[in-house]
Amino acid sequence: MSAVCLRTEQLRKHYGGLRAVDGVDLEVRQGERRAIIGPNGAGKTTLFHLLSGEVPATAGRILLFGQDITHLPSYRRTALGIGRTYQVTNLFPRLTVLENALLAAFGLRREKYDPFRAAWQHRQALEDARRLLEEFGLWEKRDWPIGSLSYGEQRQLEIVLALAGRPRLLLLDEPTAGLSPAETQVVTRLVAGLDPQITVLLIEHDMDVAFQVAQRVTVLHFGRVLAEGTVDEVRGNPEVQAIYLGVGEL
Amino acid sequence: MGLRWLGWAVVAAVALALPQVLPLYFTHLVLLTMIYGLSAMSLDLLAGYTGLTSFGHAAYFGAAAYTVGILTTQHRVPPALAFPAGVAAAAALAAVYGLLATRAVGVYFLIITLALGMGTWGLAYRWSSVTGGDNGLPGIPPLELGLPWSTSDPKHLYYLILVIFCLAAFLLYRLVRSPFGLSLRGIRESEGRMRMLGYNTWLHRYVAFVVAGTFAGLAGSLYAFYNRFVSPPDLHIAASAEAVLMVILGGAGTLFGPLVGAGIVVFLRNLVSAYTHRWMLILGVVFVLTVMYAPQGVAGGARALWARWRGRAVTPPVAGPGKEPVAER
Ligand SMILES: Nc1ncnc2c1ncn2[C@@H]1O[C@H](COP(=O)(O)OP(=O)(O)O)[C@@H](O)[C@H]1O
Ligand SMILES: [Mg+2]
Repeated sequence: MSAVCLRTEQLRKHYGGLRAVDGVDLEVRQGERRAIIGPNGAGKTTLFHLLSGEVPATAGRILLFGQDITHLPSYRRTALGIGRTYQVTNLFPRLTVLENALLAAFGLRREKYDPFRAAWQHRQALEDARRLLEEFGLWEKRDWPIGSLSYGEQRQLEIVLALAGRPRLLLLDEPTAGLSPAETQVVTRLVAGLDPQITVLLIEHDMDVAFQVAQRVTVLHFGRVLAEGTVDEVRGNPEVQAIYLGVGEL
Repeated sequence: MGLRWLGWAVVAAVALALPQVLPLYFTHLVLLTMIYGLSAMSLDLLAGYTGLTSFGHAAYFGAAAYTVGILTTQHRVPPALAFPAGVAAAAALAAVYGLLATRAVGVYFLIITLALGMGTWGLAYRWSSVTGGDNGLPGIPPLELGLPWSTSDPKHLYYLILVIFCLAAFLLYRLVRSPFGLSLRGIRESEGRMRMLGYNTWLHRYVAFVVAGTFAGLAGSLYAFYNRFVSPPDLHIAASAEAVLMVILGGAGTLFGPLVGAGIVVFLRNLVSAYTHRWMLILGVVFVLTVMYAPQGVAGGARALWARWRGRAVTPPVAGPGKEPVAER
């Protein structure tokens, strides 16, 4: 059996009286593809903020491959192998596509401190950026400003930035939200085709995508884990059906 | 590419010929433009590239100028030592102030730098036993660096300052194109994302702060030896505000824009004030016009025009990309 990549223990985030994440226990094994679903406001994005270190936990622990990372700043967690994308596109809007990718490629390299040689003269970082941009079909548009990309392309660049640091744990926050069916298929295939060593946590509204990519599903509701199991187990769970009743298909 | 080199060649030729063909007074104004321009360029590293508008940048310029003044007039330190000592003092001051200022961003950063700048001015003003107080420090010797030619000849001094300016500008030019410079622009655009990419963004902001202060110090050391006199107005808030004005006029986030901005301010101040005392009013009008019609500053506007002429889309088309931009490499 593969190692435990991520474990959370009674993880909490309270905003005043609001318990956005209310004692979540997770265990995700290396290489697993885990979908996280739940209605709007269930605390899915907040859970990602806690895992990536962008929001401090109110209580509980986060372990990455056994190491306690609960109190590490996010850039240290990135160095330990966490990469993430954002529900609301979070790119560098006044930079070009290539500059965006280069920033990501330099993120974990010592050359990021180099104040003298031009950025694009750093062969390895440029190669990394180029390989990913080519994979996502964005290399031809490398000199375009972000604003000229379609929304779908921006969402894909989000993933490029998250992958550039070669993460061991990838957190994808609704990567297909707002995409056309064709674009959704492209992104789904890309995620499904990722290196099997990478552990993926995927927040997804589109159940087809979630069930296509993930073997296991965790359902969040009011900050708590309502159900967890294989796709079929979760589908058959009456509580899950109840909260999704009226919300849509499951 | 060819056009760019031609442009540089023309600039170099003009810069070299200037003191030979222009009256001394204009050479003087060009020198002031280079000195203030260097300070404004260093400020742009923070304000334009990193997105941190410092309102106390004259403190580092002034710290270097005062260090030179104190060392040369009171301790008879030779210029060749006092010059780097001034730069080092500015760097040290920026290293200390930076610890306080870079804890904050946005308007809080602005207020902290403003307060630090005011405090520094107060020190220069009040600590008269060392700084000469209101009278400042007259009698700073000329910049004799032990070179074969004497710099008491204003033309020689011009070339010496030109060389130092060009070296500094070259270093800044390399910096803004380097991975470190790119990281500063990334922090300006989205600091949170930068942290998530693995950057200790505080460290980058802090280093940018110290580097900016150091280059302002270089300008301040040059100023002290050129002006041969330092006084509290050199590090007053008004001087800090003027540096910000130069950056915005010329174009924040463009390396040479602030040099153009410095030129506008220096020439307006010295030429217009010969005819009217209302030069501040005229400067204000120029500023308002710039913000209204060229919000990216003179250099930013020129760059956009140039791009349009070359047929490139600089401002992204909203609906979708137009013509494919030319690859840079
Ligand atoms: N910074 C914040 N301050 C206060 N409340 C917040 C904050 N961020 C999220 N919340 C609240 O926490 C709950 C969970 O939000 P979120 O994690 O974004 O849900 P999801 O991603 O599952 O839709 C919501 O009720 C939201 O309003
Ligand atoms: Mg969300």
